Amino acid sequence: MSVRVLRLFLLLALACAARAEIPLAERRSGYEDMGRETRAMQDDDATNPATLWVLDGESLWQRKEGAAARACADCHRDARDSMKGVAARHPAFDAATGKLLNLEQRINGCRVERQQAKPFAYESRELLALTVFVARQSRGMPIAVESSERTKPFLEAGRATFRRRQGQLNLACVQCHDERAGRRLAGTVIPQAHPTGYPIYRLEWQGLGSLHRRMRNCMAGIRAEPYALGAPEFVELEMFLMWRARGMRLETPGVRP
Amino acid sequence: MARVVVNLPQRARRGEIIEIRTLAGHGMETGFRRTQLGELIPRDIITRFTCSYNGVEVFRAELHPAMAANPLIAFSTVATESGTLEFRWTGDNGFSATHSASITVD
Repeated sequence: MSVRVLRLFLLLALACAARAEIPLAERRSGYEDMGRETRAMQDDDATNPATLWVLDGESLWQRKEGAAARACADCHRDARDSMKGVAARHPAFDAATGKLLNLEQRINGCRVERQQAKPFAYESRELLALTVFVARQSRGMPIAVESSERTKPFLEAGRATFRRRQGQLNLACVQCHDERAGRRLAGTVIPQAHPTGYPIYRLEWQGLGSLHRRMRNCMAGIRAEPYALGAPEFVELEMFLMWRARGMRLETPGVRP
Repeated sequence: MARVVVNLPQRARRGEIIEIRTLAGHGMETGFRRTQLGELIPRDIITRFTCSYNGVEVFRAELHPAMAANPLIAFSTVATESGTLEFRWTGDNGFSATHSASITVD
């Protein structure tokens, strides 16, 4: 095959791949597909059950922890100023370790290094509370994860995971959430899977949960073996999903059915 | 003590109907679920919620196993006089949570 034909073939393949992606203007948050009551529940802090975790997180922010006997507030002061926009930029590249860290891992990193305390277990009530409290300070801000040479390998790995068929049902994320988003799976609308409201209060869970917990649900649904909470594959996928939702507004704490 | 969130207007006109919304952090374990080993998880729910306005009970609710975790209870009452509203949640295993809020009526 000549180079020219190969190039044409590659371009065609790229065009096909690009078509599956949702145009930027047609992206919608899962919020828009919810019922009126659930939307009202999310909109009002007095009815949003995640408020209970936000308040817990606020007291954890003030509590002195670890061998250093230091509270988050001792360094970061008022979270309303210092944490504004932080959730919109995560996952972020950590230059010290060369790893990609999401918000939960960043908080735990701070606990270990600065507070000299034991890290919280992933999905523990404390970590969820602190994460939702920090992320709450970015509500209404556009998602803007770093897109550069150093984050590119993670982003591309996440994209590859999103497109890779897996599990006994042999399904890739892209098949439902890009190609069939807006159609129905049994009775419910298939969302576009933009992580705009995490950690979310999911009515089905009767509690607050992280994006990784949600993705584990999805993987179990396609009968794949789910990655562990906080696994690098999940953080990469989170990175890709956040990039895919770039410019969309954070709603944290979201309520979902 | 469990965390609760209560929302009501701080000021009201005399005779005005005010809406009160309460959230109580509680798992509301039904008593019908089992662990992976088949053991029954004992019931652990809030069974009763009361609101009194200057010592007079204005609202009471009985809660049952089918109710969601972190129950949201919204109700209304008539703003009669300035004073305090006392909220109390009680339940299984000696669960008890209280909250008080003041209101100015003019």
